[in-house]
Amino acid sequence: MKQKLIVIGNGMAGMRTVEELLKLEPDLYDVTVFGSEPHPNYNRIMLSPVLAGDKQVDDIILNTLDWYKDNGITLHSGEEIVDIDRLGQKIRSRDGSELSYDRLLIATGSRPFIIPVPGADKRGVIGFRDIEDVGTMLDYAANHEHAVVIGGGLLGLEAANGLRTQGMDVTVVHLLDSLMERQLDKPASTLLKATLEARGLKFLMQAQTSEILGEDRVTGVRFADGSEIPADLVVMAVGIRPNITLAKDAGIHCERGIVVNDTMQTFDPKIYAVGECVQHRGDCYGLVAPLFEQAKVAANHLAQMGIGRYQGSVTSTKLKVTGVDLFSAGEFNEGDGDETLVLQDPSQGVYKKLVIRDDKIKGAVLYGDTLDGTWYFTLMREGTDISAFRSTILFGQHDVGDAGHGDASASVMALPPNAEICGCNGVCKGEIVDAIGKKGLFTLEEVRAHTKASSSCGSCTGLVEAILAGTVGEGYDQAPSKKGMCGCTEHSHDDVIAAIQKGELKTQQAVREALDWKNPDGCAACRPALNYYLLANWPGEYQDDAQSRFINERAHGNIQRDGTYSVVPRMFGGLCTANDLRAIADVSDKYQVPEMKVTGGQRIDLFGVKKEDLPAVWKDLSDAGFVSGHAYGKALRTVKTCAGKNWCRFGTQDSTGLGVKLEQMTWGSWMPHKFKLAVSGCPRNCAEATIKDFGVVCVDSGYELHVGGNGGIKVRVTDLLCKVETEEQVLEYCAAFIQLYREQAHYLERTAPWVERVGLNHIKQQVLDDADNRKALYERFRYSQTFAQVDPWKARADGEAAHEFTPLKIA
Amino acid sequence: MTDWIEIAALDDIPRLGARVIRTDTMDVAVFRTRDDRVFALRDACPHKGGPLSQGIVHGTTVTCPLHNWKIDLASGEALGPDEGCANVFATRVDGGRVYLALKAGEAAA
Ligand code: SRM
Ligand SMILES: Cc1cc2nc3c(=O)[nH]c(=O)nc-3n(C[C@H](O)[C@H](O)[C@H](O)COP(=O)(O)OP(=O)(O)OC[C@H]3O[C@@H](n4cnc5c(N)ncnc54)[C@H](O)[C@@H]3O)c2cc1C
Ligand code: SF4
Ligand code: FES
Repeated sequence: MKQKLIVIGNGMAGMRTVEELLKLEPDLYDVTVFGSEPHPNYNRIMLSPVLAGDKQVDDIILNTLDWYKDNGITLHSGEEIVDIDRLGQKIRSRDGSELSYDRLLIATGSRPFIIPVPGADKRGVIGFRDIEDVGTMLDYAANHEHAVVIGGGLLGLEAANGLRTQGMDVTVVHLLDSLMERQLDKPASTLLKATLEARGLKFLMQAQTSEILGEDRVTGVRFADGSEIPADLVVMAVGIRPNITLAKDAGIHCERGIVVNDTMQTFDPKIYAVGECVQHRGDCYGLVAPLFEQAKVAANHLAQMGIGRYQGSVTSTKLKVTGVDLFSAGEFNEGDGDETLVLQDPSQGVYKKLVIRDDKIKGAVLYGDTLDGTWYFTLMREGTDISAFRSTILFGQHDVGDAGHGDASASVMALPPNAEICGCNGVCKGEIVDAIGKKGLFTLEEVRAHTKASSSCGSCTGLVEAILAGTVGEGYDQAPSKKGMCGCTEHSHDDVIAAIQKGELKTQQAVREALDWKNPDGCAACRPALNYYLLANWPGEYQDDAQSRFINERAHGNIQRDGTYSVVPRMFGGLCTANDLRAIADVSDKYQVPEMKVTGGQRIDLFGVKKEDLPAVWKDLSDAGFVSGHAYGKALRTVKTCAGKNWCRFGTQDSTGLGVKLEQMTWGSWMPHKFKLAVSGCPRNCAEATIKDFGVVCVDSGYELHVGGNGGIKVRVTDLLCKVETEEQVLEYCAAFIQLYREQAHYLERTAPWVERVGLNHIKQQVLDDADNRKALYERFRYSQTFAQVDPWKARADGEAAHEFTPLKIA
Repeated sequence: MTDWIEIAALDDIPRLGARVIRTDTMDVAVFRTRDDRVFALRDACPHKGGPLSQGIVHGTTVTCPLHNWKIDLASGEALGPDEGCANVFATRVDGGRVYLALKAGEAAA
């Protein structure tokens, strides 16, 4: 028989837990949900836009009544639970009916705090919490004039803005001298106040409410200094209190909230709690991102998987008032010994401040230009050392070289619905906004799954994130602090790499078992990654798994849109002889290759080869001395060179010869992503070495080594690693850099994002400062190359994996 | 009436992999799972015709190599948010040999 799970609270955290649970174990429980509000689950965050008239209640429903029905969930909406009998394992609702449970989930949210001044119980005094409150506000706005909002925090300002938009005369009353003091420093708060005043809001600062005036209905507010203002409606938005009455009465340990452990269990292990009602490691949260993380963990334990732990969250905030850009995270008021970086441009209404401690971001406040909020937030959470780009950090990610589409995303919400956002999958803005609204999407992953936007090349990720943020407000999970590698596991790439190294795991099966993979075979995302990690860490022992490779790497050619393949033989350093070209020409004739082209990587591509012909094509090429160019692989690609000292009148060193040596050392190695090199003979840089993963620019006195560049989707110019004097040093530093990347980067992370994630200083420490470490990295690379420099084409021409290339015949 | 056509030995198909069968009118992809079950689909993804035989097989699903749609091997249905269906052919494994049912007029014609 199924176990019985009862959920008290039909809100955002409770229902997210149920959704997560359904994904893991749809059949484990009979689920019954009680909610005191007479609605299905809705997106509470969006009450502000509903109040401002930008949305209707119907637009913000997250789970429709049909959803409950389709998933076999019994919903009792409008039914409040008044008692939990822990010994008898049952609950009782207001109408007296009882129901027993095996597991109970408390998700009762919180209540607005109503200041206990005389008159606070009069008609017309409300909080801002649910659909009913919004309905009341809209009624008043239609029939009355004066509104007073007590509380100049996030919620108060959103309420005030909404009421003003509905035509009321609104005064915001705040106890302190600065708005949103928990999120903003003084200068940002001053800017915000000026913007809101320009929109017609009035402010009474440092004003202490002493009494609500009126008979049974509100007519005004009186302050401690004796002054009074008229009011038909008073909205109290001075804070929330976790809703713990029910739990407390049942003898469950509560402090400010219901105390839970890292698995979201209360003192009674049969009873879980999530959401605003809980207190975890001393903290209560009032934003949805952490609640969704809690929901995941609770679901994981309810599903009896037992691997998730909630370890607290770092949060950031934005204000959902159209036209006001504001972002805040972390410790934005500097403490002793902290440094601050500030950029102020009053004429543009822009203010940015970062608080730095030990070269790491501890907090940020952005006003007027919040484009880089997500970036700073990521740097902050990951504890990235920012010293390398500190001088330009305030200008944004754009300026650090990751010149993406920063500028576009600022105005993305202003784009028309038919503006194409994802060029790869042809997804327009309107489709994304629709999907977010209709399907209740909160995360980038969900938008990817449902619309395919940003699921391919990823260059539009910033835009999609901006749309998410603009559509669901801060409800969207920017990047969970720790992200599972794929749907098969909660473990991040770093966890998996560490487990492989420390636990000496040497097969995919061992990794999946040790880390509790959900799917025994893994999936198309994690299998190639595991295959790579194992190969990189145990080069002499791990047996490559062909079935875990993307088809290009399995068939050693690029699959084309018509199912044929392209063939790119390696030309070391771009050099070739007449015989080489003749051999390629002969292959082209013999196999009737439809098209040949000189590639951007200085070699020749044969397009449209039939899969069955591949082994024979390779045999002919291999007889002429060619090996695979790995143009298809997450592997060493090309080494681009220029003419250099031998010919060019400006050349300072033999760039062509050095390029050939580099390619001879590195060809055949598998990488987290593709890896390109170039060597230019002088700073004119004809080989474009400063947009390669590893680039060498020759100068009179030696060689400049540059790392972490790429062309492609987001051009990133390299960072200068160092200068060395000899070719031997170039080879050693190059191999050491590659090996560090091979061992530490995440699968499918190219050097450019990797360098930005770990910071150039980390790379300098490992490769420059510590000579022993550099030598050790170099040796490990050379060792792994003894297994990697086997030409896969020759092997297949000789019969390896023949089944891959021959169709079956009907007997 | 179903005509069972013998196509291969089970071991000709790699575990978690596939082989292609050329018929006069189309290619058919024959998949083998970890636990040696065999499924056959028309070798054309419901999205844009990608060769499913070239995808990565996991559980009873294949991920198309062109744009990563996930196709259920048993039903041919696209999984998750994608919508579409690839033609399914019945298969049978008997004494280590794999048999495929091509309905008359469907493929062999
Ligand atoms: C053949 C070639 C175009 C050409 O005719 O010149 C080419 C062709 C492809 N490129 Fe490229 N790229 C080629 C040079 C480049 C260059 C130029 C270069 O290397 O100097 C770049 C920009 C430089 C860079 O990578 O930093 C380039 C940036 C990309 C990107 C974007 C990478 C990025 O990090 O943003 C992709 C997409 C990817 O890898 O995911 C890509 C992916 C592809 C793929 C493999 C798409 C695919 O997955 O099927 C194309 C295969 C075509 C085919 O069917 O054969 N190609 N590609 C070039 C092969 C070079 C070679 O000899 O191996
Ligand atoms: C106007 C507004 C704007 C907001 N904006 C943002 C934002 O931009 N970003 C952000 O991250 N967060 C925002 N929040 C906060 C966010 O909405 C909450 O953090 C989130 O909804 C809390 O989820 P929860 O499940 O803990 O509580 P709730 O969503 O409040 O759900 C609790 C539910 O339990 C029910 N309940 C309580 N007691 C009982 C009982 N005894 N029996 C049965 N049912 C019961 C309640 O009726 C309620 O429906 C905003 C909140 C408001 C009100
Ligand atoms: S730019 Fe590269 S990936 Fe794009 S179509 Fe050309 S070859 Fe293909
Ligand atoms: S053709 Fe299969 S996913 Fe596009």
